[in-house]
Amino acid sequence: MDYAAVVIVEVFYGISVLVLISAGLAVVFGMMRVINLAHGEFITLGGYAAITAHSLGVPIFISTLIVAPIVVAIFGLVVERLIVRFLYGRLINTMLATWGLSLLMIGGMTMIFGNTTTGIPTPISGFTLGRYQMSGYNLFVIFMAIVTVIIIYGVLKTTRAGLIARGAMQNPEMANAFGYNTSRIYMLTFTAGAALSGLAGGVMAPLVGLNPASGANYIAKAFITVISGGTSVVSGLLSSATLFGSVSQIVTFISTSVVGEIALLIAAVILLRLLPTGITGRFLKGRV
Amino acid sequence: MALLPLGVDTFTLTVLCIYALLGLSLGFIWGFGGILCFGQAAFFGLGAYAYAIAAINFGTPWAPFFIAIIFPALIAAVFGGMLFFGRLNDVYLAVLTLVFTLILYKFMNVTAGENYIIGKARLGGYNGIPGFETLSLPWDPSEYIYGDSLFYFSLSLLLLVFLGLRWLLKSPFGRVMIGVRENELRAELMGYDVRLIKTAVFAIGGGVAGLAGCLYANWAEIVTPNLFSLGQSAEVIIWVIVGGAGTLFGPILGAAIMGYMKFLLGQQSLIDNTLVMGAVLVLAVLLLPRGIFPVIADRFTRKTGRERTTRSRSSRKRPTRKRHRRREGSNEQ
Repeated sequence: MDYAAVVIVEVFYGISVLVLISAGLAVVFGMMRVINLAHGEFITLGGYAAITAHSLGVPIFISTLIVAPIVVAIFGLVVERLIVRFLYGRLINTMLATWGLSLLMIGGMTMIFGNTTTGIPTPISGFTLGRYQMSGYNLFVIFMAIVTVIIIYGVLKTTRAGLIARGAMQNPEMANAFGYNTSRIYMLTFTAGAALSGLAGGVMAPLVGLNPASGANYIAKAFITVISGGTSVVSGLLSSATLFGSVSQIVTFISTSVVGEIALLIAAVILLRLLPTGITGRFLKGRV
Repeated sequence: MALLPLGVDTFTLTVLCIYALLGLSLGFIWGFGGILCFGQAAFFGLGAYAYAIAAINFGTPWAPFFIAIIFPALIAAVFGGMLFFGRLNDVYLAVLTLVFTLILYKFMNVTAGENYIIGKARLGGYNGIPGFETLSLPWDPSEYIYGDSLFYFSLSLLLLVFLGLRWLLKSPFGRVMIGVRENELRAELMGYDVRLIKTAVFAIGGGVAGLAGCLYANWAEIVTPNLFSLGQSAEVIIWVIVGGAGTLFGPILGAAIMGYMKFLLGQQSLIDNTLVMGAVLVLAVLLLPRGIFPVIADRFTRKTGRERTTRSRSSRKRPTRKRHRRREGSNEQ
């Protein structure tokens, strides 16, 4: 019974991690059809921002939940203005340019922070469940994933800004004709996506040893989650994260964590082969 | 050596040749087949591993040499076939090839245990496989091909592959292949099996990358999982972009320039190598999306009035060059 509870929490934890690390990319890809290959480095940057802020004496929850998103959002804003905005509508070129950006950021972070692994302690202590030791922070990650999804859904579905953003993505010319500055909307959407990546980096920072190249650990998972989800931001993200999170965590329980990750990647290859437009391209069409 | 003033010895020149070969493989499938593979390093690594494993098992170098070409080509055919017969393109193709590379990278990194043995070869995980038989003269196994002779061997193979691919592009298959790149639907309506053609192109690219990997294994005398790393895949793409997709010579030039730059950058520790590579890629995409070689070739063409690039030659029947250029732009997007 305890074991079942542990497994269920772990599966939810796996899903939540996927949701968190994919949310920023889902907003940027789902809304703007921009693939940001530097997404993993955005997350890493968020982690570094949180660690640096923490080492300067900022309380841990402020540095992970507030400093990290803000720093990455500002960085994303600069990137959008300098690079991405010239490449809208040119999918492949955006991918290539952001891949360059990703290398640039890895190099930059190596020069600034050094090629070493750093981390911060987990702020929430563990507890025991029957015979098993559980990590309290894992529950916090699950909570943060739920909050993130609610925020994205709420903003897109219920606020005026979300409405305008969705309209501008569906028909930029019409939005322009109504007097909305689409260039500014794109800019803000990209910045919001970057902020979500930064949040993911901050929340994940206590869980992982951070080094300049750790973006590669996130990028593949984030990508396949988003691509397999399809273009609907929230429902796509949730459905594919649930699928892949369960697959990888269950295989991890049976075998090792590396095999779990490989299973996740293989599941994605098979899924995309069967549903080339993603889950929401086939089912749940037209949802947010 | 004539190039000694540049501070390069044949040891470095050999690896530049190998890079050029790898760049050529991506330049071929991307520039002429219209298939953007983000994981060309996968086939490079597979070639290197196939050579190392086969060489340890057989003890002779030449059967492994051919295995190192055929095995990646086969894998490319199977994997490519799965993608193309599923009608995946653009982003999905790019992401799946990337994922494919990552799977191999992750897998090879955990193969350290006793369980991961192919024949007599231990896969070695993070440490890779050292100590396999390297290439030697077929008629005299005690004469190893290394140093200068490995360079000449690589250079001649590069030349051979370059000429082979040029010939292929001029053959009926090559014309169809370019036709598919230009307009997939039209080629299909004319009765060509686009899926099969793309798979074949992908397999050829995989074979060439495998050959490059085999030479790399002989040059480095060790194979490690880093051959499959994302950085390696990115570098190939940078070479092709910098040199110019859509030409065969461009990727070679790009690989040589960027390989040489990496060599120079490796001699100082002020600026991180990766940072420069990234900056080059960003700038190339923003400012020079067609690459260096087509721009130079165009200059030259305008002066002499001759058509120089293979790409413009392939479309000589187009009414005007201007229209051709515009279509090219829309294809790259």
